[in-house]
Amino acid sequence: MYPLNLTVNGTAHDVEVDPRRTLLDLVRETLNIKGPKKGCDHGQCGACTMIVNGRRINSCLSLALTHEGDEVTTVEGLADGKELHPLQQAFVEADAFQCGFCTSGQLCSAAALIDEIKEGLPSVVTGEDPVELSDEEIRERMSGNLCRCGAYNNIVEAIRSAAGDQR
Amino acid sequence: MKPFEYERLENTHDLSAFANGRYLGGGTNLIDLMKHQIETPDVLVDVTRAGMDTIEERDEAVFIGSQVSNTNLAAHPLIRKRYSVLSTALLSGATQQLRNKATTGGNFLQRTRCQYFYDTKRACNKREPGSGCDAMNGLNRFHAILGESENCIAVHPSDMAVAMAALDAVVLTRKPDGSERRIPAADLHRLPGDRPELDHVLEPGELIVAVELPGEPPKLQAYRKVRDRSSYAFAVVSAAVVLDVEDGQMRNVRIGLGGVAHKPWRAAKAEAVLEGQAPDTALFMRAMDTEMADATGHGHNDFKISLAPRVVVSMLKELTGLGEN
Repeated sequence: MYPLNLTVNGTAHDVEVDPRRTLLDLVRETLNIKGPKKGCDHGQCGACTMIVNGRRINSCLSLALTHEGDEVTTVEGLADGKELHPLQQAFVEADAFQCGFCTSGQLCSAAALIDEIKEGLPSVVTGEDPVELSDEEIRERMSGNLCRCGAYNNIVEAIRSAAGDQR
Repeated sequence: MKPFEYERLENTHDLSAFANGRYLGGGTNLIDLMKHQIETPDVLVDVTRAGMDTIEERDEAVFIGSQVSNTNLAAHPLIRKRYSVLSTALLSGATQQLRNKATTGGNFLQRTRCQYFYDTKRACNKREPGSGCDAMNGLNRFHAILGESENCIAVHPSDMAVAMAALDAVVLTRKPDGSERRIPAADLHRLPGDRPELDHVLEPGELIVAVELPGEPPKLQAYRKVRDRSSYAFAVVSAAVVLDVEDGQMRNVRIGLGGVAHKPWRAAKAEAVLEGQAPDTALFMRAMDTEMADATGHGHNDFKISLAPRVVVSMLKELTGLGEN
Protein backbone atom coordinates (compact mmCIF):
# COMPACT_ATOMS: atom_id res chain seq x y z
CA MET A 1 0.00 0.00 0.00
CA TYR A 2 1.18 3.50 -0.83
CA PRO A 3 0.18 6.88 0.70
CA LEU A 4 -1.81 9.29 -1.47
CA ASN A 5 -3.11 12.83 -0.95
CA LEU A 6 -5.63 14.33 -3.30
CA THR A 7 -8.62 16.68 -3.25
CA VAL A 8 -12.03 15.54 -4.48
CA ASN A 9 -14.79 18.13 -4.85
CA GLY A 10 -12.95 20.50 -2.53
CA THR A 11 -12.33 17.97 0.24
CA ALA A 12 -8.76 16.82 0.94
CA HIS A 13 -8.24 13.07 1.35
CA ASP A 14 -5.26 11.25 2.85
CA VAL A 15 -5.48 7.55 1.98
CA GLU A 16 -3.45 4.36 1.53
CA VAL A 17 -3.92 2.70 -1.86
CA ASP A 18 -2.94 -0.44 -3.72
CA PRO A 19 -0.98 0.64 -6.83
CA ARG A 20 -3.48 -1.24 -8.99
CA ARG A 21 -6.36 0.96 -7.81
CA THR A 22 -7.73 3.21 -10.55
CA LEU A 23 -8.87 6.73 -9.79
CA LEU A 24 -12.43 5.57 -10.55
CA ASP A 25 -12.31 2.72 -8.03
CA LEU A 26 -10.67 4.94 -5.43
CA VAL A 27 -13.40 7.56 -5.71
CA ARG A 28 -16.31 5.09 -5.86
CA GLU A 29 -15.20 2.36 -3.49
CA THR A 30 -12.75 3.99 -1.06
CA LEU A 31 -14.23 7.50 -0.88
CA ASN A 32 -17.80 6.29 -1.48
CA ILE A 33 -18.54 8.98 -4.08
CA LYS A 34 -20.85 7.14 -6.46
CA GLY A 35 -21.59 9.74 -9.15
CA PRO A 36 -18.90 8.58 -11.59
CA LYS A 37 -19.97 5.29 -13.19
CA LYS A 38 -18.05 2.23 -14.26
CA GLY A 39 -19.48 1.62 -17.72
CA CYS A 40 -16.90 -0.25 -19.78
CA ASP A 41 -13.81 0.15 -17.55
CA HIS A 42 -11.69 0.42 -20.73
CA GLY A 43 -11.86 4.10 -21.69
CA GLN A 44 -14.43 3.58 -24.41
CA CYS A 45 -17.72 4.86 -22.96
CA GLY A 46 -16.90 7.98 -20.90
CA ALA A 47 -19.27 7.17 -17.98
CA CYS A 48 -16.31 7.54 -15.58
CA THR A 49 -15.31 11.01 -16.82
CA MET A 50 -13.89 13.26 -14.09
CA ILE A 51 -12.25 16.67 -14.27
CA VAL A 52 -8.67 16.57 -12.95
CA ASN A 53 -6.78 19.86 -12.60
CA GLY A 54 -9.25 21.42 -15.05
CA ARG A 55 -9.02 18.70 -17.72
CA ARG A 56 -11.51 15.87 -18.24
CA ILE A 57 -10.13 12.33 -18.28
CA ASN A 58 -11.32 8.72 -18.24
CA SER A 59 -10.80 7.92 -14.56
CA CYS A 60 -10.95 4.17 -15.26
CA LEU A 61 -7.68 4.37 -17.22
CA SER A 62 -5.78 6.33 -14.61
CA LEU A 63 -4.03 4.84 -11.59
CA ALA A 64 -4.99 6.58 -8.35
CA LEU A 65 -1.33 6.88 -7.31
CA THR A 66 -0.56 9.06 -10.31
CA HIS A 67 -2.89 11.73 -8.87
CA GLU A 68 -0.80 12.85 -5.89
CA GLY A 69 -1.82 16.44 -5.06
CA ASP A 70 -4.41 16.64 -7.84
CA GLU A 71 -7.75 18.49 -7.73
CA VAL A 72 -10.52 16.16 -8.84
CA THR A 73 -14.11 17.12 -9.65
CA THR A 74 -16.91 14.60 -10.08
CA VAL A 75 -20.55 15.28 -10.92
CA GLU A 76 -21.16 15.81 -7.18
CA GLY A 77 -18.87 18.84 -7.36
CA LEU A 78 -20.77 20.66 -10.11
CA ALA A 79 -23.83 21.86 -8.20
CA ASP A 80 -23.63 24.79 -5.78
CA GLY A 81 -25.30 23.39 -2.69
CA LYS A 82 -28.89 22.62 -3.67
CA GLU A 83 -28.63 24.87 -6.74
CA LEU A 84 -28.08 22.82 -9.88
CA HIS A 85 -25.18 23.65 -12.19
CA PRO A 86 -26.54 25.37 -15.34
CA LEU A 87 -25.67 22.25 -17.33
CA GLN A 88 -27.63 20.03 -14.94
CA GLN A 89 -30.62 22.36 -15.23
CA ALA A 90 -30.28 22.36 -19.02
CA PHE A 91 -30.12 18.54 -19.12
CA VAL A 92 -33.38 18.39 -17.15
CA GLU A 93 -35.08 20.96 -19.34
CA ALA A 94 -33.91 19.42 -22.63
CA ASP A 95 -34.79 15.86 -21.55
CA ALA A 96 -31.17 14.92 -22.22
CA PHE A 97 -31.25 11.46 -20.62
CA GLN A 98 -33.42 8.41 -20.12
CA CYS A 99 -31.75 5.81 -17.87
CA GLY A 100 -29.18 8.32 -16.61
CA PHE A 101 -26.22 5.93 -16.33
CA CYS A 102 -24.03 7.97 -18.70
CA THR A 103 -25.28 11.33 -17.43
CA SER A 104 -22.70 12.04 -14.71
CA GLY A 105 -19.96 11.48 -17.29
CA GLN A 106 -21.81 13.56 -19.89
CA LEU A 107 -22.12 16.44 -17.41
CA CYS A 108 -18.45 16.41 -16.37
CA SER A 109 -17.44 16.19 -20.00
CA ALA A 110 -19.73 19.05 -21.00
CA ALA A 111 -18.56 21.26 -18.12
CA ALA A 112 -14.95 20.78 -19.23
CA LEU A 113 -15.97 21.31 -22.87
CA ILE A 114 -17.34 24.77 -22.11
CA ASP A 115 -14.06 25.70 -20.43
CA GLU A 116 -12.07 24.30 -23.38
CA ILE A 117 -14.03 26.52 -25.76
CA LYS A 118 -13.30 29.56 -23.56
CA GLU A 119 -9.62 28.57 -23.50
CA GLY A 120 -9.65 28.35 -27.31
CA LEU A 121 -8.59 24.69 -27.50
CA PRO A 122 -9.17 23.45 -31.06
CA SER A 123 -10.88 20.24 -32.15
CA VAL A 124 -10.45 18.50 -35.49
CA VAL A 125 -13.47 20.35 -36.92
CA THR A 126 -12.16 23.77 -35.83
CA GLY A 127 -10.89 25.93 -38.67
CA GLU A 128 -8.30 28.69 -38.38
CA ASP A 129 -10.80 31.07 -36.81
CA PRO A 130 -11.59 31.22 -33.08
CA VAL A 131 -13.64 28.30 -31.80
CA GLU A 132 -17.41 28.70 -32.20
CA LEU A 133 -19.69 26.39 -30.29
CA SER A 134 -21.52 24.91 -33.26
CA ASP A 135 -23.44 21.64 -33.06
CA GLU A 136 -20.63 20.10 -35.11
CA GLU A 137 -18.11 21.16 -32.45
CA ILE A 138 -20.28 19.85 -29.61
CA ARG A 139 -20.75 16.49 -31.32
CA GLU A 140 -17.03 16.10 -32.08
CA ARG A 141 -16.01 17.13 -28.57
CA MET A 142 -18.57 14.85 -26.89
CA SER A 143 -17.65 11.76 -28.95
CA GLY A 144 -15.99 10.19 -25.91
CA ASN A 145 -19.31 9.92 -24.07
CA LEU A 146 -21.63 7.20 -25.29
CA CYS A 147 -25.36 7.12 -24.51
CA ARG A 148 -27.09 3.82 -25.17
CA CYS A 149 -30.52 5.42 -24.78
CA GLY A 150 -29.57 7.60 -27.73
CA ALA A 151 -30.32 10.95 -26.11
CA TYR A 152 -27.66 12.61 -28.24
CA ASN A 153 -29.85 15.24 -29.92
CA ASN A 154 -31.12 16.48 -26.57
CA ILE A 155 -27.65 16.36 -25.02
CA VAL A 156 -26.37 18.63 -27.81
CA GLU A 157 -29.31 20.96 -27.25
CA ALA A 158 -28.70 21.07 -23.47
CA ILE A 159 -25.00 21.89 -23.90
CA ARG A 160 -25.70 24.55 -26.54
CA SER A 161 -28.29 26.13 -24.27
CA ALA A 162 -26.14 26.06 -21.09
CA ALA A 163 -23.03 27.30 -22.91
CA GLY A 164 -25.01 30.13 -24.49
CA ASP A 165 -26.30 31.27 -21.10
CA GLN A 166 -22.79 31.29 -19.63
CA ARG A 167 -21.25 33.46 -22.32
CA MET B 1 -4.14 -6.59 -12.89
CA LYS B 2 -1.03 -8.42 -11.72
CA PRO B 3 0.62 -6.80 -8.66
CA PHE B 4 3.49 -4.41 -9.41
CA GLU B 5 5.75 -1.92 -7.66
CA TYR B 6 5.11 1.75 -8.36
CA GLU B 7 7.98 4.23 -8.73
CA ARG B 8 7.91 7.89 -9.62
CA LEU B 9 10.69 9.30 -11.80
CA GLU B 10 11.75 12.73 -10.44
CA ASN B 11 14.11 13.65 -13.29
CA THR B 12 15.72 12.02 -16.30
CA HIS B 13 19.36 12.40 -15.25
CA ASP B 14 19.80 8.88 -13.91
CA LEU B 15 17.77 6.00 -15.29
CA SER B 16 20.13 3.27 -14.07
CA ALA B 17 17.64 1.96 -11.52
CA PHE B 18 14.92 1.46 -14.12
CA ALA B 19 16.47 -0.92 -16.66
CA ASN B 20 13.79 -3.50 -15.87
CA GLY B 21 10.94 -1.06 -15.34
CA ARG B 22 8.05 -0.25 -17.63
CA TYR B 23 7.56 3.48 -18.13
CA LEU B 24 4.08 4.90 -17.52
CA GLY B 25 3.01 8.06 -19.35
CA GLY B 26 -0.69 8.88 -19.64
CA GLY B 27 -1.46 5.18 -19.38
CA THR B 28 -4.51 5.30 -21.65
CA ASN B 29 -3.29 2.19 -23.49
CA LEU B 30 -0.90 0.58 -20.98
CA ILE B 31 -3.37 0.53 -18.06
CA ASP B 32 -5.96 -1.05 -20.34
CA LEU B 33 -3.45 -3.70 -21.46
CA MET B 34 -2.58 -4.37 -17.80
CA LYS B 35 -6.27 -4.91 -17.02
CA HIS B 36 -6.35 -7.50 -19.81
CA GLN B 37 -3.07 -8.96 -18.42
CA ILE B 38 -1.52 -8.59 -21.85
CA GLU B 39 1.09 -6.35 -20.21
CA THR B 40 2.27 -7.52 -16.77
CA PRO B 41 5.13 -5.28 -15.62
CA ASP B 42 6.80 -5.97 -12.25
CA VAL B 43 7.83 -2.35 -11.85
CA LEU B 44 5.87 0.59 -13.20
CA VAL B 45 7.79 3.87 -13.43
CA ASP B 46 5.58 6.97 -13.62
CA VAL B 47 7.48 9.45 -15.81
CA THR B 48 4.78 12.13 -16.03
CA ARG B 49 6.39 14.37 -13.39
CA ALA B 50 10.02 14.20 -14.50
CA GLY B 51 10.18 17.59 -16.22
CA MET B 52 9.49 16.45 -19.80
CA ASP B 53 6.40 18.59 -20.36
CA THR B 54 7.52 21.67 -22.32
CA ILE B 55 7.55 22.73 -25.97
CA GLU B 56 10.59 24.87 -26.84
CA GLU B 57 11.98 26.42 -30.00
CA ARG B 58 15.78 26.60 -30.09
CA ASP B 59 18.65 26.13 -32.54
CA GLU B 60 16.25 26.21 -35.50
CA ALA B 61 14.28 23.23 -34.23
CA VAL B 62 11.28 22.61 -32.00
CA PHE B 63 11.67 20.29 -29.02
CA ILE B 64 8.58 18.58 -27.61
CA GLY B 65 8.92 16.98 -24.18
CA SER B 66 7.78 13.38 -24.26
CA GLN B 67 5.17 14.01 -21.57
CA VAL B 68 3.46 16.92 -23.34
CA SER B 69 -0.17 15.84 -23.63
CA ASN B 70 -1.74 15.27 -27.02
CA THR B 71 -4.16 18.13 -26.23
CA ASN B 72 -1.43 20.63 -25.39
CA LEU B 73 0.69 19.66 -28.39
CA ALA B 74 -2.24 19.92 -30.82
CA ALA B 75 -3.27 23.33 -29.43
CA HIS B 76 0.18 24.95 -29.25
CA PRO B 77 0.21 28.05 -31.50
CA LEU B 78 3.52 27.10 -33.12
CA ILE B 79 2.28 23.58 -33.90
CA ARG B 80 -1.05 24.90 -35.23
CA LYS B 81 0.76 27.36 -37.51
CA ARG B 82 3.94 25.68 -38.73
CA TYR B 83 3.14 21.97 -38.25
CA SER B 84 -0.60 21.90 -38.94
CA VAL B 85 -0.35 18.32 -40.23
CA LEU B 86 0.70 17.26 -36.73
CA SER B 87 -2.05 19.21 -34.98
CA THR B 88 -4.69 17.77 -37.30
CA ALA B 89 -3.37 14.23 -36.89
CA LEU B 90 -3.43 14.53 -33.09
CA LEU B 91 -6.97 15.94 -33.08
CA SER B 92 -8.09 13.14 -35.43
CA GLY B 93 -7.22 10.57 -32.79
CA ALA B 94 -9.18 9.31 -29.79
CA THR B 95 -11.39 11.64 -27.71
CA GLN B 96 -10.83 14.81 -25.71
CA GLN B 97 -10.66 12.78 -22.48
CA LEU B 98 -7.98 10.50 -23.92
CA ARG B 99 -6.00 13.29 -25.59
CA ASN B 100 -5.91 15.18 -22.26
CA LYS B 101 -4.13 12.22 -20.69
CA ALA B 102 -2.19 10.68 -23.57
CA THR B 103 1.40 11.84 -24.03
CA THR B 104 3.66 12.42 -27.02
CA GLY B 105 6.02 9.58 -26.11
CA GLY B 106 3.18 7.27 -25.15
CA ASN B 107 1.35 7.92 -28.41
CA PHE B 108 4.38 6.56 -30.29
CA LEU B 109 4.55 3.50 -28.03
CA GLN B 110 0.86 2.59 -27.96
CA ARG B 111 0.26 -0.94 -29.13
CA THR B 112 -1.83 -2.33 -31.97
CA ARG B 113 -5.60 -2.55 -31.59
CA CYS B 114 -5.73 -5.85 -33.53
CA GLN B 115 -8.65 -7.65 -31.89
CA TYR B 116 -6.74 -10.92 -31.85
CA PHE B 117 -3.94 -9.25 -29.86
CA TYR B 118 -6.51 -8.21 -27.25
CA ASP B 119 -8.45 -11.49 -27.19
CA THR B 120 -6.32 -13.77 -25.00
CA LYS B 121 -8.27 -16.82 -26.16
CA ARG B 122 -7.05 -16.38 -29.75
CA ALA B 123 -3.68 -17.07 -31.34
CA CYS B 124 -1.42 -14.03 -31.63
CA ASN B 125 2.31 -14.08 -32.29
CA LYS B 126 2.65 -10.54 -30.99
CA ARG B 127 1.11 -11.36 -27.61
CA GLU B 128 2.44 -14.92 -27.41
CA PRO B 129 5.29 -15.60 -29.86
CA GLY B 130 4.89 -18.87 -31.71
CA SER B 131 1.17 -19.24 -31.03
CA GLY B 132 0.10 -18.31 -34.57
CA CYS B 133 -1.92 -15.48 -36.11
CA ASP B 134 -5.70 -15.74 -36.10
CA ALA B 135 -5.97 -12.44 -37.98
CA MET B 136 -4.39 -13.96 -41.10
CA ASN B 137 -7.56 -15.87 -42.00
CA GLY B 138 -9.86 -13.98 -39.67
CA LEU B 139 -11.59 -10.62 -39.59
CA ASN B 140 -8.70 -8.60 -40.99
CA ARG B 141 -10.44 -5.55 -42.42
CA PHE B 142 -8.22 -3.25 -40.34
CA HIS B 143 -4.97 -5.06 -41.02
CA ALA B 144 -1.74 -4.45 -42.91
CA ILE B 145 -1.18 -4.47 -46.66
CA LEU B 146 2.46 -3.36 -46.65
CA GLY B 147 5.54 -4.80 -44.94
CA GLU B 148 3.66 -7.53 -43.09
CA SER B 149 5.02 -11.03 -42.48
CA GLU B 150 3.49 -14.49 -42.27
CA ASN B 151 3.68 -14.05 -38.49
CA CYS B 152 1.77 -10.79 -38.07
CA ILE B 153 -0.48 -8.47 -40.06
CA ALA B 154 -1.24 -6.00 -37.25
CA VAL B 155 -1.07 -2.25 -37.91
CA HIS B 156 0.27 0.54 -35.73
CA PRO B 157 -2.76 2.58 -34.63
CA SER B 158 -1.29 6.08 -34.17
CA ASP B 159 -2.31 9.16 -36.14
CA MET B 160 0.36 11.36 -34.53
CA ALA B 161 3.21 9.05 -35.49
CA VAL B 162 2.18 9.18 -39.16
CA ALA B 163 2.48 12.97 -39.15
CA MET B 164 5.76 12.78 -37.21
CA ALA B 165 7.17 10.41 -39.85
CA ALA B 166 6.15 12.76 -42.68
CA LEU B 167 7.71 15.73 -40.85
CA ASP B 168 11.06 13.93 -40.46
CA ALA B 169 10.77 14.27 -36.68
CA VAL B 170 13.55 12.77 -34.57
CA VAL B 171 12.89 10.83 -31.37
CA LEU B 172 15.43 11.62 -28.62
CA THR B 173 16.04 8.87 -26.07
CA ARG B 174 18.16 8.15 -23.02
CA LYS B 175 19.23 4.71 -21.86
CA PRO B 176 19.82 3.42 -18.32
CA ASP B 177 23.61 3.58 -18.96
CA GLY B 178 23.28 7.31 -19.64
CA SER B 179 23.89 7.16 -23.39
CA GLU B 180 21.53 8.99 -25.74
CA ARG B 181 20.15 8.23 -29.19
CA ARG B 182 18.54 10.18 -32.04
CA ILE B 183 16.07 7.96 -33.89
CA PRO B 184 14.19 9.23 -36.96
CA ALA B 185 10.46 8.91 -36.17
CA ALA B 186 9.97 6.80 -39.29
CA ASP B 187 12.56 4.31 -37.99
CA LEU B 188 11.30 4.08 -34.38
CA HIS B 189 8.92 1.25 -35.18
CA ARG B 190 9.90 -1.96 -36.94
CA LEU B 191 8.28 -4.40 -39.32
CA PRO B 192 7.08 -7.66 -37.76
CA GLY B 193 9.35 -10.12 -39.61
CA ASP B 194 9.89 -13.12 -37.35
CA ARG B 195 9.81 -11.02 -34.13
CA PRO B 196 6.28 -9.54 -34.17
CA GLU B 197 6.35 -9.17 -30.37
CA LEU B 198 8.75 -6.25 -30.86
CA ASP B 199 6.90 -3.07 -31.93
CA HIS B 200 9.89 -0.73 -31.92
CA VAL B 201 13.69 -0.50 -31.70
CA LEU B 202 13.94 0.86 -28.14
CA GLU B 203 15.95 -1.22 -25.67
CA PRO B 204 14.69 -2.18 -22.20
CA GLY B 205 14.77 0.87 -19.95
CA GLU B 206 15.37 3.28 -22.86
CA LEU B 207 13.20 6.36 -22.33
CA ILE B 208 11.80 8.74 -24.95
CA VAL B 209 12.81 12.12 -23.52
CA ALA B 210 11.69 14.42 -26.32
CA VAL B 211 10.84 14.72 -30.00
CA GLU B 212 12.64 17.16 -32.29
CA LEU B 213 10.87 18.77 -35.24
CA PRO B 214 12.91 20.37 -38.02
CA GLY B 215 12.59 24.17 -37.85
CA GLU B 216 11.47 24.66 -41.44
CA PRO B 217 9.06 21.94 -42.55
CA PRO B 218 7.50 21.95 -46.03
CA LYS B 219 4.76 24.57 -46.21
CA LEU B 220 1.92 22.63 -47.81
CA GLN B 221 0.59 20.13 -45.28
CA ALA B 222 -2.47 17.94 -44.82
CA TYR B 223 -3.65 14.97 -42.79
CA ARG B 224 -6.63 12.91 -43.81
CA LYS B 225 -8.16 10.02 -41.92
CA VAL B 226 -10.62 7.56 -43.42
CA ARG B 227 -12.60 5.79 -40.71
CA ASP B 228 -15.88 4.05 -40.00
CA ARG B 229 -17.28 6.80 -37.72
CA SER B 230 -16.79 10.54 -38.06
CA SER B 231 -15.17 10.69 -34.62
CA TYR B 232 -13.48 8.36 -32.13
CA ALA B 233 -12.45 5.55 -34.46
CA PHE B 234 -9.10 4.20 -35.55
CA ALA B 235 -8.06 4.76 -39.13
CA VAL B 236 -8.93 2.36 -41.89
CA VAL B 237 -6.37 4.34 -43.88
CA SER B 238 -4.81 7.68 -43.03
CA ALA B 239 -2.25 9.86 -44.76
CA ALA B 240 0.02 12.76 -43.87
CA VAL B 241 1.28 14.66 -46.92
CA VAL B 242 3.74 17.56 -46.83
CA LEU B 243 5.52 19.29 -49.70
CA ASP B 244 6.64 22.58 -51.19
CA VAL B 245 5.93 23.80 -54.70
CA GLU B 246 8.72 26.01 -56.06
CA ASP B 247 8.77 27.36 -59.62
CA GLY B 248 6.06 24.89 -60.57
CA GLN B 249 7.97 21.89 -59.24
CA MET B 250 7.24 19.75 -56.21
CA ARG B 251 10.00 19.70 -53.58
CA ASN B 252 10.51 17.97 -50.25
CA VAL B 253 7.59 15.65 -50.90
CA ARG B 254 6.96 13.41 -47.88
CA ILE B 255 4.09 11.01 -47.53
CA GLY B 256 3.24 9.05 -44.40
CA LEU B 257 0.56 6.36 -44.40
CA GLY B 258 -1.34 5.05 -41.38
CA GLY B 259 -3.49 1.95 -41.01
CA VAL B 260 -1.53 0.05 -43.66
CA ALA B 261 1.51 -1.37 -41.87
CA HIS B 262 3.12 -2.45 -38.59
CA LYS B 263 4.69 1.02 -38.51
CA PRO B 264 3.87 4.49 -39.82
CA TRP B 265 4.69 3.89 -43.49
CA ARG B 266 6.81 6.41 -45.39
CA ALA B 267 5.85 6.10 -49.05
CA ALA B 268 9.45 6.63 -50.19
CA LYS B 269 8.91 5.15 -53.66
CA ALA B 270 6.04 7.53 -54.36
CA GLU B 271 8.01 10.46 -52.96
CA ALA B 272 10.88 9.68 -55.37
CA VAL B 273 8.53 9.66 -58.37
CA LEU B 274 7.06 13.05 -57.40
CA GLU B 275 10.19 14.92 -56.31
CA GLY B 276 11.16 17.72 -58.71
CA GLN B 277 8.17 17.15 -61.02
CA ALA B 278 5.30 19.45 -61.90
CA PRO B 279 2.00 18.62 -60.16
CA ASP B 280 -0.08 16.35 -62.38
CA THR B 281 -2.92 13.98 -61.53
CA ALA B 282 -1.66 11.16 -63.76
CA LEU B 283 1.77 11.47 -62.14
CA PHE B 284 0.22 11.32 -58.66
CA MET B 285 -1.55 8.11 -59.62
CA ARG B 286 1.61 6.59 -61.11
CA ALA B 287 3.56 7.48 -57.96
CA MET B 288 1.09 5.72 -55.69
CA ASP B 289 0.81 2.73 -58.06
CA THR B 290 4.59 2.40 -57.70
CA GLU B 291 4.27 2.52 -53.93
CA MET B 292 1.54 -0.11 -53.88
CA ALA B 293 3.27 -2.53 -56.27
CA ASP B 294 4.23 -4.82 -53.38
CA ALA B 295 1.00 -4.46 -51.40
CA THR B 296 -0.91 -7.62 -50.52
CA GLY B 297 -4.42 -8.02 -49.16
CA HIS B 298 -5.65 -10.73 -46.83
CA GLY B 299 -9.30 -10.83 -47.81
CA HIS B 300 -11.27 -8.32 -45.81
CA ASN B 301 -8.62 -5.59 -46.23
CA ASP B 302 -8.05 -5.92 -49.99
CA PHE B 303 -9.87 -2.62 -50.53
CA LYS B 304 -7.05 -0.70 -48.81
CA ILE B 305 -4.77 -1.37 -51.79
CA SER B 306 -6.89 0.95 -53.92
CA LEU B 307 -8.18 3.18 -51.10
CA ALA B 308 -4.75 4.36 -49.89
CA PRO B 309 -3.66 5.67 -53.32
CA ARG B 310 -7.00 7.41 -53.86
CA VAL B 311 -6.66 9.20 -50.52
CA VAL B 312 -3.14 10.42 -51.30
CA VAL B 313 -3.91 11.43 -54.90
CA SER B 314 -6.90 13.43 -53.69
CA MET B 315 -4.77 15.17 -51.06
CA LEU B 316 -1.99 15.97 -53.53
CA LYS B 317 -4.52 17.48 -55.94
CA GLU B 318 -5.96 19.64 -53.20
CA LEU B 319 -2.57 20.76 -51.85
CA THR B 320 -1.17 21.65 -55.27
CA GLY B 321 -4.31 23.45 -56.42
CA LEU B 322 -5.34 20.92 -59.05
CA GLY B 323 -8.82 20.83 -57.57
CA GLU B 324 -10.73 19.05 -54.86
CA ASN B 325 -12.19 15.59 -54.94
